[in-house]
Amino acid sequence: MRVFLGLAALILGSTCGEIAITHGMKSVGEPARLRPKAVLRFLARTVRNGWFWTGIPLMALSFYALLLLLSWEPISLVIPASALSYVVGTLGAKFILGEDVSTARWAGVILVCLGVALVAAG
Amino acid sequence: MASEKRLRIKTLVMVLLMVVCANAGDLLLKRGMAQIGAVELTAHGIAQAFVQTVASPTIWVAISFLIGFMVSYMTVLSWADYSYVMPAGAFGYAVLTFLAVIFLHEAVSPRRWVGVVLICVGVLLVGQTKPRTTEVPSEAVA
Repeated sequence: MRVFLGLAALILGSTCGEIAITHGMKSVGEPARLRPKAVLRFLARTVRNGWFWTGIPLMALSFYALLLLLSWEPISLVIPASALSYVVGTLGAKFILGEDVSTARWAGVILVCLGVALVAAG
Repeated sequence: MASEKRLRIKTLVMVLLMVVCANAGDLLLKRGMAQIGAVELTAHGIAQAFVQTVASPTIWVAISFLIGFMVSYMTVLSWADYSYVMPAGAFGYAVLTFLAVIFLHEAVSPRRWVGVVLICVGVLLVGQTKPRTTEVPSEAVA
């Protein structure tokens, strides 16, 4: 049960955090140019964005859940299970961020998820 | 469309930068912590490890790379889809496996090679889709 809760916190924390950050970054808007000065201005806009600061604690929660999980379970179980976040993140991108996830993209995401699980399992 | 091509190229460059920074950061962090040695889980051991960590140049270089990763990740998310960037970033696992074989002469299990192939095919599939499917908001004036 605690492992299930830990995995839920790990996966939902990182995906919700990244979704909040993506939403924030979209409202910040891209840097005018990819030059140091423009990127610094872009970062200054980012740290004034509320969604960015919503995402950061969620990602910290996810990291904390990872540390707890690693103290309970072997790494060869925890990291492959965390590969599920590719699928959960894509669902979030589709239903929360309104991104158009085509069949090709879904197929790619599922292959990546399986691949990461296999690589992490060793 | 020229702007579409430009979008693809700058997304690709940023994703590569992300992958390079994340891998370099993780490898250096691992090397830095290995130099410090196993941390004893006592108040004294943790305090000592903390002092050694902040005094280690390797750790600081690692942290700079990880900051570079975070900045490139946020930058690419400012124009590209999350569902495009996130799976594309998994390419790093494949790169790491190749690096481990070439430089560290690590033995890689068949299961892991299957995983690397799946990741590469998956990333290629995602890479073919449009990097951005949501509406472009009014460009932030910089």
